[in-house]
Amino acid sequence: MTQQIQATKVDRELDTRGLLCPMPVIQAFEAMKGLVSGQTLRVVATDPGSKADFPAWAESLGHRLLRHEEDHGVYTYWIQKG
Amino acid sequence: MQQTLEKLTLDFQEFQRLHLEAHKETAPKRLAIVASKGSLDMVYPPLILATTAASMGWEVSIFFTFYGMDALHRKRYKGLKVAPLGNPASPAPFQGIPFQVPNIIGAIPGMTAIATIFMKRWMKKANVPPVEQFIDMAHGMGVKMIACSTTMGVMNIKKEDLLPIADIEGAASFLHFASKATVTLFV
Repeated sequence: MTQQIQATKVDRELDTRGLLCPMPVIQAFEAMKGLVSGQTLRVVATDPGSKADFPAWAESLGHRLLRHEEDHGVYTYWIQKG
Repeated sequence: MQQTLEKLTLDFQEFQRLHLEAHKETAPKRLAIVASKGSLDMVYPPLILATTAASMGWEVSIFFTFYGMDALHRKRYKGLKVAPLGNPASPAPFQGIPFQVPNIIGAIPGMTAIATIFMKRWMKKANVPPVEQFIDMAHGMGVKMIACSTTMGVMNIKKEDLLPIADIEGAASFLHFASKATVTLFV
C-alpha cells in the first residue's frame, strides 16, 4: 500500500486546508488548467463535504479520481486530468 | 444458422455502439439561477452554486431581479445586510449563550447592523470569501451575471449604477437560456 502511494506520481500539489465548499473545487479547477491530460493533481482538504464533492467534480470534468485517503479529518485526493 | 446468429450478434453490437455514440452528452451542462433576494445570507447560495458549476465546466447564468440586483449594484454590493427580525433561525451572537435572542429584539434600531457584523465575522472566520470576491470569481470563471431590465426601470437603477460586469437583459433571453438548462433554480 505504501509503495503504491509513492508510485503515484504527482505533478502538482494543492493545499485547501481550512477552506470550505466551494473553494476547494474552484481552486482545483484553477490548478488543473496548468496540467495536461494524464498528469496528476494532489489535493489536501479539510472540508468534510469534499469527500463527496471531489468524486462528483472529477466525474463531471472527465478527470479520474485515482485514490483518496482520510486521516484525522484531513482528506487527500489524487486526481488525474482527463 | 450459426452464421446468421453470429452476424446478428455483430449487428447488435454495432447498433449498441452507434446508439451510445449518438446519445453521448456533447453539450456542456447548464445552470440557470434566478437570484431574487438582496440580503447577505440569500446572495451567497446563488454565487456558491454558480461558481461550483463553473468549476465543473458548466455554462452558468444568474438572473438578478428585484432586491437580488443589489448584488450587482456598485454602491450596495459591498454593504448587503442580514436582518435578525422574523428569522427564528438567527443564532445567538456569542457561542456559549444557551438561548437565542428573542425575535422582538430584532426590531430595535441597529440590530440589523449588528447581525450583519456578526455574520460577516463568522464568514471570515470560516474563510468564506466576501460577496464582492465571489462576484469577481464568478465573473472570472465565465458566469454570466444578468441585471433584470424591468427591475432597473421599477427601482430607477441606471446602467452606470451597476458593476460593469453586469449584462442587461429581460426575462425572454433568460428563459431562452433556461429552456436549454440542465438545472434551473429560483433563489
